[in-house]
Amino acid sequence: MFDKNEIKKIKQLREQWENSTIKKTLERFPERKDKFVSGSGEEVDRLYAPDNLEDFDYFKDLNFPGEYPYTRGVQPTMYRGRLWTMRQYAGFGTAEESNKRYKYLLTQGQTGLSIAFDLPTQIGYDSDHPMSLGEVGKVGVAIDSLKDMETLFDGIPLDRVSTSMTINAPAAVLLAMYIAVAEKQGVSPDKLKGTIQNDILKEYIARGTYIFPPYPSMRLITNIFEFCSKEMPSWNAISISGYHIREAGATAIQEVAFTLADGIAYVEAAIKSGLKVDDFAPRLSFFFNAHNDLLEEVAKFRAARRLWARIMKERFGAKNKKSLMLRFHTQTAGCTLTAQQPDNNIIRVTIQALAAVLGGTQSLHTNSRDEALALPAEDSVRIALRTQQIIAYESGVTETIDPLAGSYYIEVLTKNIEEQALKYIEKIDKLGGAPRAIEKGFIQQEIQNSAYQYQKEIEEGKRIVVGVNKFQIKEETPKGLLRVDPEVGRRQVEKLRELKETRDNQKVKVSLSALGRAAKTDANLIPFILDCVKSYVTLGEICDVLRSEFGEYKESIKL
Amino acid sequence: MKAKKIRVLVAKPGLDGHDRGAKVVARALRDAGMEVIYTGLRQTPRQIVETAIQEDVNVIGLSILSGAHTHLFPEIMRLLKENKAEDIIVIAGGVIPEEDIPELKKVGIAEIFTPGTDTRDIINFIKEKVK
Repeated sequence: MFDKNEIKKIKQLREQWENSTIKKTLERFPERKDKFVSGSGEEVDRLYAPDNLEDFDYFKDLNFPGEYPYTRGVQPTMYRGRLWTMRQYAGFGTAEESNKRYKYLLTQGQTGLSIAFDLPTQIGYDSDHPMSLGEVGKVGVAIDSLKDMETLFDGIPLDRVSTSMTINAPAAVLLAMYIAVAEKQGVSPDKLKGTIQNDILKEYIARGTYIFPPYPSMRLITNIFEFCSKEMPSWNAISISGYHIREAGATAIQEVAFTLADGIAYVEAAIKSGLKVDDFAPRLSFFFNAHNDLLEEVAKFRAARRLWARIMKERFGAKNKKSLMLRFHTQTAGCTLTAQQPDNNIIRVTIQALAAVLGGTQSLHTNSRDEALALPAEDSVRIALRTQQIIAYESGVTETIDPLAGSYYIEVLTKNIEEQALKYIEKIDKLGGAPRAIEKGFIQQEIQNSAYQYQKEIEEGKRIVVGVNKFQIKEETPKGLLRVDPEVGRRQVEKLRELKETRDNQKVKVSLSALGRAAKTDANLIPFILDCVKSYVTLGEICDVLRSEFGEYKESIKL
Repeated sequence: MKAKKIRVLVAKPGLDGHDRGAKVVARALRDAGMEVIYTGLRQTPRQIVETAIQEDVNVIGLSILSGAHTHLFPEIMRLLKENKAEDIIVIAGGVIPEEDIPELKKVGIAEIFTPGTDTRDIINFIKEKVK
């Protein structure tokens, strides 16, 4: 893009500038640090100019929005056409309480739902399972059967909202329940819009809500891909998640690398199961973190988009434009929130949300200021949502597409992140792909090393966290934190007992044994699971049948 | 003669999968010269107490970010007592609201380390207690 002679001249004059002006300045005023680094530890130079982008090619590296390799965004008009979906992750206690929170958020101008399930639900245990004691309704809503799901979406028209569900190991069961609730509202599956997380690999890597071993888990995932490609054209069959990988301590580069490596594994599994790449790839979606280093994060989103487009085209030969587009949800970084001076978190979230928007996100969750202390209270959630609305309607960054493109620094960062992530992906390929690299503990160990490094930097004062290792104050105990009523667990168990007494238990038996038989074959399990949930078979009962067929995953621990 | 190494069990009770903190602390303790055993995820109170006794540890470090501490921590303390292992020092960390701390200390948890804790404070605390 830059003229060769021009670059030569810049190089020459830069050298002069470094040797005279800078040298003299440094003698009188040394810089604040010997080495400047980005949020994820990459060295940052004093100045970026065209000579850092010698081989930069506008059409190859950027092109127009909505055009390959989609660096500038997946839609041709981006936020000028439509703003991102404002989607706050929420859910706690019983289905009744969560339903109330969703309705509140929708009246406050939120444009999509995002369901948080409690841990027993995420791990396929009913509320009355011994492992569920003390956990029911704590980090999300407790769902045991279709009955709870009907309550959860009561009065919410599923043909008009889009819903994202953070559910992985038992994703097929919750998807089936969603379809069944919609059916009762008179909405057919092809009208449903939303996303199911359905990303088991990052559960083994970073999040921990796995049930089955990798092989049968990948089967359930590709079963969902196949089902969705036929029945649910507007549904995202997976949300390949870097979010939790970053939360566990990964750097920006590792986040991109490990997420896309997982993505490659899903594409390979789906192709192996007999699907054609362009039949399912358009419904793959992604989920990234937005951390504090504003510019590095913007570059990260751009780099991820470009790298995925190139992988899909060159490695998998995808032809459909939609197969090449990396569409993603973003959540601001929970791990950057501090328990100290929690109001400061509002500012952190603002910077992170801005990064996501400048990076071209399709939907966004902004964290609440009190999340290092407890589940967010209603007024904190409102401020978090208002943060997005202020960026959307007041900041002006939405008025033109990819406004930071062409910044020397942003383009250098974008290129570096793409190159380094690709190196990691090549390494993972050599190890036999993401599932093997996870089995060997390689990915986990890389993340742990970064997490430990990060902590050490804070403790050595090399990394400043305002209010934690600098600018501390004496603080009062925070008030008004949200607490989940301990009665929730008891009430949920009571509801479950009632359900088991009143449902048609013959139908339960028949549909469960049909599922058990199908699990032994190569059949797509989704229709069988759908039959089960419609007969009010519980989540735990379905997962128990699959546990006995598939076995359970045991994590490999390396410190 | 070299002093006997302090033995610590770092444990994740319940269903919570957030293990960044547990792993960082485990490593910091190891780097400080302690013998560290990490249980991995989804341990029941009984499993944790059994492992602690089997491994003859001086300290158990518990980590929970899911809010289940109000149920799981007291249960672990009860089982330690039942197994006559109250001499094991129990410390804990995670997302634990300030107002829960007095109750947890009452059941015998020696200290609660909340978000933002410097690992050197944990190391010093353990060294001070295990003498």
